Amino acid sequence: MKSISGNGTLRHREPLTDSQLLLFITIGIFAVMYVLAMVILGGGYLKPQMLFDLLNDNAYLIIISCGLTMVMITGSIDISVGGVTALVAMVGVMILNGNISLFNGLISTLGLTEEWRIVFALLASLLIGLAFGAVQGFLIAHLQIQPFIITLAGMFFARGMITIVSVDPQKAPQNLMDILQTRIEIPWLGSANNRGVRIPARVEIGVVIALVIVILVFFLLRRRKLGRCFYAVGGNQQSALMLGVNVRRTRFMAHLLCGLLSGIAGFVFMMHTGAGNATNATAAEMNAIASSIIGGTLLTGGVGSVVGTFFGVLTLSTIKSIVTTSGLRDPWWQSITTGAMLCLFILLQSVVLMRRNRAKDTTKERGKKET
Amino acid sequence: MKKAKTSKFFAKNAQLLIPLIAILLLVIFNLIRDPSFFSIGISANNRGDPVLQGNLVSILNGASELVILAMGMTLVTAAAGGQDISVGALAAIAGSVFVKILKGGAVTGPTVLLAFLACCVAAMLFGAFNGSLVAFFRIQPMIATLILFTCGRSIAYWINGGATPTVESPIINAIGSFIPGIPIPTPILIVIVMGILFGLVFRFTTLSLYVQTVGINQGAARLNGVNTVGIKLLAFIILGVCCAVAGTIGVSRLGLINHETLLINIEMDAILAVAIGGNNLGGGKFKMLGSVLGAYAIQMLTITLYAMKVPSTDVKAYKAVVIIILVVMGSPVVKNSMSRFWKKLKRNHPAGEKEVA
Amino acid sequence: MQDDVVLTMRGICKYFPGVKALENVDFTLRKGTIHALMGENGAGKSTLIKVLTGVYPMDGGEIRIDGVEDAIVIRSPQEAQGYGISTVYQEITLCPNLTVAENMFIGRSRKSRVDWKQMEKRSGELLQKLGIPARPKQQLGNCSLAVQQMVAIARAVDTDCKVLILDEPTSSLDDKEVEMLFTLMRQLKESGVGIIFVTHFLEQVYAVSDQITVLRNGQLVGEYEVRELPQVKLVEKMIGKDLEDLSSMKKKETVLDGEDFYEARGLASTESRPFDFHIAAGEVNGFTGLLGSGRSESVRAIFGADPVTGGTVKVNGKQVKISKPLDAMKQGIGYLPEDRKRDGIIADLSVRENIILALQVIQGMGHPISRAKAEAFADEYIKALAIKTASSDTPVGSLSGGNQQKVILARWLLTHPQYLILDEPTRGIDVGTKTEIQKLVLQLAEDGKSITFISSEIEEMLRTCSRLIVMRDRNIVGELKGDELSQERVMRTIAGGGE
Repeated sequence: MKSISGNGTLRHREPLTDSQLLLFITIGIFAVMYVLAMVILGGGYLKPQMLFDLLNDNAYLIIISCGLTMVMITGSIDISVGGVTALVAMVGVMILNGNISLFNGLISTLGLTEEWRIVFALLASLLIGLAFGAVQGFLIAHLQIQPFIITLAGMFFARGMITIVSVDPQKAPQNLMDILQTRIEIPWLGSANNRGVRIPARVEIGVVIALVIVILVFFLLRRRKLGRCFYAVGGNQQSALMLGVNVRRTRFMAHLLCGLLSGIAGFVFMMHTGAGNATNATAAEMNAIASSIIGGTLLTGGVGSVVGTFFGVLTLSTIKSIVTTSGLRDPWWQSITTGAMLCLFILLQSVVLMRRNRAKDTTKERGKKET
Repeated sequence: MKKAKTSKFFAKNAQLLIPLIAILLLVIFNLIRDPSFFSIGISANNRGDPVLQGNLVSILNGASELVILAMGMTLVTAAAGGQDISVGALAAIAGSVFVKILKGGAVTGPTVLLAFLACCVAAMLFGAFNGSLVAFFRIQPMIATLILFTCGRSIAYWINGGATPTVESPIINAIGSFIPGIPIPTPILIVIVMGILFGLVFRFTTLSLYVQTVGINQGAARLNGVNTVGIKLLAFIILGVCCAVAGTIGVSRLGLINHETLLINIEMDAILAVAIGGNNLGGGKFKMLGSVLGAYAIQMLTITLYAMKVPSTDVKAYKAVVIIILVVMGSPVVKNSMSRFWKKLKRNHPAGEKEVA
Repeated sequence: MQDDVVLTMRGICKYFPGVKALENVDFTLRKGTIHALMGENGAGKSTLIKVLTGVYPMDGGEIRIDGVEDAIVIRSPQEAQGYGISTVYQEITLCPNLTVAENMFIGRSRKSRVDWKQMEKRSGELLQKLGIPARPKQQLGNCSLAVQQMVAIARAVDTDCKVLILDEPTSSLDDKEVEMLFTLMRQLKESGVGIIFVTHFLEQVYAVSDQITVLRNGQLVGEYEVRELPQVKLVEKMIGKDLEDLSSMKKKETVLDGEDFYEARGLASTESRPFDFHIAAGEVNGFTGLLGSGRSESVRAIFGADPVTGGTVKVNGKQVKISKPLDAMKQGIGYLPEDRKRDGIIADLSVRENIILALQVIQGMGHPISRAKAEAFADEYIKALAIKTASSDTPVGSLSGGNQQKVILARWLLTHPQYLILDEPTRGIDVGTKTEIQKLVLQLAEDGKSITFISSEIEEMLRTCSRLIVMRDRNIVGELKGDELSQERVMRTIAGGGE
């Protein structure tokens, strides 16, 4: 991490950027952990299905975390994501159930089949997500209110709305769930079960959606002006303004996209569970923040990558799975280890950045004094 | 002269207006809805002691934990310019330690005191952990406290070996509800004691001055010999004590520790209380009385919603709407455009007069 | 407009409440030249630059630029850029987390797609053309400050730039980096860009500039060719003679050979190089030198304001350890910082709280000053120093600069220090208050206190100090006392060489 002085032109390999450095640390830790689990715990970890199960269970979390990563890169935060996900899942299930008369009316007047409910549920998911994103984005970017307070209110509102929409837990009808829970089978990654029957690996559609989103967000962050503006605003808002970046619009867009992704995550969550419940996606916002942090996104903004976040989610869920399978079945171990990991990564980031910034700080301070 | 003094008083306490107006509006709203809303009666509790009852008492009583946490949160906010989101988890840890020690033997006066002191120490240690992340490692408070927020309740669970033990004792009952012979709920008395304690601390130490100095201008504070790291750490440790007291009250109310439900989501309300109390969430000057009034306003809103038969699970949504209205009104952008609007009105007015003349 | 002139400013005026920041200032920039803008603090350099870049609207005068018929009005930095006026600020206004190439192109294209290859190719060519030792893919934060500065310049000149303003670009660079920057500046000059170079380093001006314009107290002193203006003359023009009514004040001979109150050997901090220093009880001495010469860093080291890295300190003959401000305060040392907004006042707190702060800290947390006592102290000093404030409850941030300074002075006087360090106590305040502060300094010395005084105005130093320590480029280069204390001698020592 030595800073390269001006005459370092002879060296051709670029030193790692902050993003890359933190990303490699994450991938490294994930790989080491997974291999250790394979060696020590063996069993399920040797089968590809284990990995796919992690993905199946956490597809929604991957999507939420992608949105949150974008927001965090701009130096903001959104803690309403879990609530929005849960609200969307509840509304989606109710649409599938035919509990919302508006859609029932639509379907009967247009003479559509039952399957169209899925389309309506998807549309409703996107709309709810966009609405949350737009309102929160407007309040944060244009009225300059602290993101924490606004999205806290957003979380309250979403969680409160779930029980206003329906007090009782809802379950989607089986015929529609069969469609939604279609699994993609990958025979060549399958494995034999304990009776010797070979079972193909199964992946849910939600995972495909999540992976597509990871790739899309990756290209957005890498290849689109908007994505680069996220980084610029997070790196130094004042500088970004001086460089001609529309800071307000950039911050608004980050929150809007985050809201949209929360909506999609809600739909994916519904596809996975088929249930609407007030306690859906509990603490998803904190898991998503933790995943982003573990994935190398800096809380101060400007640094982070969606690939890192993807591995952050995997790391987090692998830790939880390892804790459970290694005999520490008591439920408290999961969150205690999560907390410990979080602590480790936060300290790591803080130390890495302090070391990087020290040199810069002193020179900057000196510069200021002489103004 | 007198007029000048009152206007000075208003200027100095302008920030208390927001929570006071909120409380006033809620009072008026409730009186219109149900004139007998604030009636207080005396009735016998299940042990035959006469105790005060009524909505007002339940507001004051129910807000106790929130008020105590809001006091500590005010200090942390002022000194560190950020909020602690682990207070609920910390209170759960403190409550678990409290119960754990009481489970170790007979519940007598001295053991209760010992258990309380132990849970204070535990909460102070965790507070110091949060504080050192913020003060030494310069991590934003919200993120630093995310760690305990994530795993604090599990630590609480683990302390009692994965059980939710109960403690039955007249002493615990006295802390959680009423001391025999005194008709006022004990948590209200504890809040008063905490208020007096903070009053004494502010009177006999320079804590308030130091905290504000650090929050406003850390560099200048350091050059004037203020130990900025120490003050931030201290703020978090004091908040730890508040968590211990709140946790003890919470445990004593029910006579059991439930790590999952004890003071759940209270961190959000505590931060809200600080904000409604007119304190800047970015740190600096603070008024603890504002946060206390803010906490009571929140509790009154909650009780009002309950009285209107809003299910407890839905209350959050209504609260969210109130929060958003409050912060939008308080946002600098809105304030500026409002004041510009007023100026424009004022400027247009004399111009109109001139035309007439 | 003459052919070779790219920018003229005529009769520029700018007023702030109570201050004439610029009065009737002219400035002319020719194509392909480097024009240094010089002046001490408050001379109006930065105000002039801000008027030119549209940060401040001007209150009078006209600006003309090559290629535009009429006088132009510049309302924002963006508009300035539209006229071909680009600015590179002292604090780097780039994003350290992005790559060099991105920093050169972000916010400029309308396309929503980012073409990395194209961008990196173009920035690579530009970097090579300008000879900037950075690679397009490098993260900007990993480059040295000089390279970051140069990338900012590259971005500026890539946008069809006629006038390039470099505002204190060298203040955080070392010698080698400065040389790199100069090479780039000369190259740009060759290509016909007019460069305005704002700096306070004399050597650098002589190394690279063609013309010099000197401002003092918001007024134009003159425009000179560098060849025709020796260094001593430049210093004289920058510092100038002070106002007449002050010269009537007579300095009393202060003690020089009394017992040393404070003595330091090899004292060094993270910001200052090792130096020796001593001061006797009742002595007034001063650190002088131009801005950035290390004078402030040295006194900060004495007070323990920056982490101390070495040296031994004796107070009253006893060896003590001063590693943080509180240590110094306990030894009876007070320090009035140079930047009162950043390091001095606690803006939102009342005048009273600001006045008692230092005394309170010395007394300790458990011994608060009672409200009544605090009121009494505040009222006493508000009266003694004639602080203009509505009441002692007024937030200090709402006071004028001079009164804020008096509040901080009151804060230290209240602690009854044995040794008071005053870094630029008279900067940015009106003449009347300046005189009061100088009188106060002499009064304190008469009472047996030691005082170290720093000011950009040499007249002021000569009036108050009986010994001057002269610094240049972060080193002590001389010590003057007695007969040596003349303006000419001081300037010659500051300028070095001594021609």
